[in-house]
Amino acid sequence: MKISLHNVVKTFDTFRAVHGISLEVESGELVALLGPSGSGKTTILRMVAGLEFADGGNIYFGAEDATDIAVRDRGVGFVFQHYALFPHMTIGENIAFGMKVSKVKREKSAIATRVTELLRLVQLDGLQDRFPAQISGGQRQRVALARALAVDPKVLLLDEPFGALDANVRRDLRRWLRQIHDELGITTLFVTHDQEEALDLADRVVILDKGRIVQNGTPEDVCRNPANAFVMNFLGDANRLPATIQAGTAHVEGVPFQAPDMVDGKGELFFRPTDIDWREQGEGIPATILRVIDRPDNRRVLARTDGGHAVEFDAPPEFSHGIGAAGHLAIQRARVFAAP
Amino acid sequence: MARRVLPGLPLSLGITLVYVCLIVALPLGALVFKAASLGPEAYWEIVSSDRALASYRVTVLCAFAATVFNLVFGFALAWVLVRYRFPGRRLIDALVDLPFALPTAVAGIALTTLFAQNGWFGAALAGVGIKVAYTPLGIIVAMAFTSLPFIVRTVQPVLEELDPALEEAAQSLGGSDGSIFVRVILPLLAPAILAGVSLSFARSLGEFGAIIFIAGNQPFETEITALLTFIRLEEYDYQAAAAIASVLLITAFVMLAVTNLLQARALRYTVKA
Repeated sequence: MKISLHNVVKTFDTFRAVHGISLEVESGELVALLGPSGSGKTTILRMVAGLEFADGGNIYFGAEDATDIAVRDRGVGFVFQHYALFPHMTIGENIAFGMKVSKVKREKSAIATRVTELLRLVQLDGLQDRFPAQISGGQRQRVALARALAVDPKVLLLDEPFGALDANVRRDLRRWLRQIHDELGITTLFVTHDQEEALDLADRVVILDKGRIVQNGTPEDVCRNPANAFVMNFLGDANRLPATIQAGTAHVEGVPFQAPDMVDGKGELFFRPTDIDWREQGEGIPATILRVIDRPDNRRVLARTDGGHAVEFDAPPEFSHGIGAAGHLAIQRARVFAAP
Repeated sequence: MARRVLPGLPLSLGITLVYVCLIVALPLGALVFKAASLGPEAYWEIVSSDRALASYRVTVLCAFAATVFNLVFGFALAWVLVRYRFPGRRLIDALVDLPFALPTAVAGIALTTLFAQNGWFGAALAGVGIKVAYTPLGIIVAMAFTSLPFIVRTVQPVLEELDPALEEAAQSLGGSDGSIFVRVILPLLAPAILAGVSLSFARSLGEFGAIIFIAGNQPFETEITALLTFIRLEEYDYQAAAAIASVLLITAFVMLAVTNLLQARALRYTVKA
């Protein structure tokens, strides 16, 4: 089922949480809403679910205008950040809940069969008589997913689904969720503040800032062609140096960088820590090493340019220059954005 | 010396044990001892006399009715105080505790004045043929008044802590308001409701001051067990007073034990594997 948002607005008291968002999620797509806290991503998800109502604009499920349909009639599966499992019901009863309260009457045996089927799908066979307090966080998350899927929702919505889990469990569940999505082909929208999670899992990433969409594209798009300084910063470590733009060239501490189609004036040069080569001689921005931090796969070098700006870069484990060494930073794949 | 983090267990345990023994167990023990000094036959004769039996019936039935009333009204009050914001909410919240603070005799006199034939409520109710003062209905009113805070104050904090996401989850799964209330909210509040009900009932069984003014105190009709005990005391028949009081004590104790069991059952889902 395709989801379309047309110019959706939401205001809480005096705070405008969402400013006229328009967004399409194609049938069967897995899309991430990515942004820092306060970016409006959870509000958007809750409006799609019908747990909040938009102050303006429309939300369509397929061709149907779902803007004012109540959550219980909207046919969405919602997975909450802290699972929201019913603590007084067993795992089996939790999964069966939606089928039991449904207007569509089902045979007891049909419900039991479906519960067993779903437990197998989420790989929790045999746990149906446990209570939520008796299983691990990762298992609870899978029960929450099974419960949401039990009512055959048109779309699946997940609010920070792995936020409360350990890093290892997180990675496994992520891959597993992708697998389930590919198996069922259900349209899925999920919210996260973790860029790694979004890039790992989603077909398409929608990046939000202060209630507005700042970029909407595939993981490759947003990584290789960040739309602005915010996206560049948010997706990963980034260095920033002030630049002066003149006639399509940005000058940073005496070194020129291409900045085609940029207006003359102040700008900023952004680059990733992995896109720097340290040179003892030759071209580049002159800098001095302040500190070297060792990591399992490389060495992170903290340096200061002669212009007084901090820069971090990653060097191979063999990097042997120590504190106080002077040299030059050769920067690749740098991006120039206008100064804010 | 065992390693420990929190100091003071021996001291605090000692103080609390001594206190419980002196203030709670000793008087109750004296009561049981006094009643036991009667011998089984005399004891049985006193506690199973017609007048005593009638007083148990009045006390237990009225306490039951008052508890049922408070269960419904107290729950509604807790619900409204937690779920809605309206002008005067804090005032109502504060008023709930008033029956605790008011001397029960004062409450009894006030209720009697209101519900007497010429009182504000009494006159109105007499018009439709309902008599409250000097009837079992009056006892129920007095009991309900003095035990109202128990259910409100036990349910309120649990209702406040109820995760709104649970109700949202139930809604997203298609649950109607009614089925969410019955299947999700009520079961989660059940332990608190049970606690409130048992406290409210126990308090009603033992209530004295508020009731004697409004009850009329006719033997076999509107005489509560606590009053019968008091009458025996005034007659200097301490053993009979102790015997009748021991029946109230045992009833309250059994009832509290049963609710504890029910509560443990209602909370079995919280037990870790």
